Amino acid sequence: MKFARKKQKEETMIRFENVSKIYPKQNHAALDLVNLEILKGEFVFLVGLSGSGKSTFLRLVLREERPTSGEIIVAGKELNRLSAHKIPELRRQVGTVFQDFRLLPNKTVFENVAFTLHVLGYSQKEINREVPEVLELVGLEEKSNRKPSEMSGGEQQRVAIARAYVSRPAILIADEPTGNLDPATSVGIMKLLDRINREGTTVVMATHDSKIVDSMRKRVIELESGYVIRDQVRGVYGYAG
Amino acid sequence: MRAGFLFKEVRIGLRRNLTMTLAVMITVAISLTLLGVGLLANSQVRVMKDYWYDKIEVSVFLCGTLSESPSCSGGPVTAEQRNSIKADIEALPVVDTVYYESQSEAYVHFQERFEGSAIAQNVTQDQLPESYRVKLIDPTKFAVMQSAFAGRPGVDSVQDQRSILEKFFKLLGVLRDGALVIGLASVLTAALLISNTLRIAAFNRRRETGVMKLVGASSFSIQLPFLLEGVFSAIVGWMFSTGLLAGFKLLVDSRIAPLLSFTKFFTWSDVWVASGILLITGFVVSTFASVITLRKYLKV
Repeated sequence: MKFARKKQKEETMIRFENVSKIYPKQNHAALDLVNLEILKGEFVFLVGLSGSGKSTFLRLVLREERPTSGEIIVAGKELNRLSAHKIPELRRQVGTVFQDFRLLPNKTVFENVAFTLHVLGYSQKEINREVPEVLELVGLEEKSNRKPSEMSGGEQQRVAIARAYVSRPAILIADEPTGNLDPATSVGIMKLLDRINREGTTVVMATHDSKIVDSMRKRVIELESGYVIRDQVRGVYGYAG
Repeated sequence: MRAGFLFKEVRIGLRRNLTMTLAVMITVAISLTLLGVGLLANSQVRVMKDYWYDKIEVSVFLCGTLSESPSCSGGPVTAEQRNSIKADIEALPVVDTVYYESQSEAYVHFQERFEGSAIAQNVTQDQLPESYRVKLIDPTKFAVMQSAFAGRPGVDSVQDQRSILEKFFKLLGVLRDGALVIGLASVLTAALLISNTLRIAAFNRRRETGVMKLVGASSFSIQLPFLLEGVFSAIVGWMFSTGLLAGFKLLVDSRIAPLLSFTKFFTWSDVWVASGILLITGFVVSTFASVITLRKYLKV
């Protein structure tokens, strides 16, 4: 009874119901009847080989693609019924980080992070308060006037995380965030993502890095040829666990 | 997005794409100027029509001793005919004013016009016909005069000076239409150039727009900086075109008008009206070209 009530209180952040995605001119499905639910505050690894459907999953969450069939709910929004002009509202609730950082090369660290807030209409006063705070969180408060080209890969990824997190989204999606980084740097990035997760943000991270998955012992969802073949609460990368 | 940030982005965009920005400004300036010349040509035709049609008259020539038309078979016009013709002209609603030119007045005018030439010395007063000079309220209503008085006993012929001018105005009309067509074609060129420039600008800044999309910028706020760049270039082009048209007006006033004293020229207010039309054209065309391009290339 007590357990049931607790379960009810937990809020669904991402829910896929019988979701399939078939790209035009391809005969097999990128995702095939996927059912899964990710709750508020969870940290989820999405693992699987290239072409297993990880990227399709993330693109569907961001509504960059629409499912061929099935229902998707993200942060309380039914994406099938989300009109085009409401898409920005969805994306404000979902921060994103990529393998290639996607920073703006002509802007400083501060400006890169502030860009999000400018776009969302924050005042300069609010920006001057929020940006240093998040730069401190990612450990770059000393480097706010650098350009991305003057920084290491790990530092650039920290800037990207700061940019994704500065507007305090409910969900943070990271698509191979450590893919371009050496192991030691990767550990630092994972610590940062873990810290953000502890502050209440749901984190979904697609990765190939078995060491990271094994060391974190978080929920693991494994995809293969568009099917969910494994969903473990405290999983590891391979079948070993 | 706050205005300060927006304008900063617009400035960066314009500077980064400087040569294309200049190309757009110059093309818009030239195309709007060409269109403006077409508009001023239109004004010029109107001014000349007003000027000339105000001066031209319908002449009702009365029978004299030398008249040969059938309506003059009864000999020179009698005083009675002369008076009844005058009364009937004045009774027509299309007639504005009428004055009578006697043979002696016609002789004086003739001598003035052909002063110094041999023909002036050979003509005598009784060879020139007396006439009624009629000014119509609407100079195009010549047919009414023609049908009312041609062939009437005592009337030799009815002549409309307008028919002489008609050919001239037809020629001017063709020139004006040509100028307008060239102007419109070059405005179309400018629109296509704006469209292509924005396509390149959108491609150059796909990183920025990609990030904007990701962090949840609306389509409108992603497109707005580009739209403002297109419109800004068009407005600068328009300023140049107005400057060029004003220069054209000064040139006409100082160089051409003194040579062609037989007509009036378009006024400064015609220049400002044309400039206003060009501003609206430039604004609408650049907005339209931008919005269509951006909708295609910057989808959320």
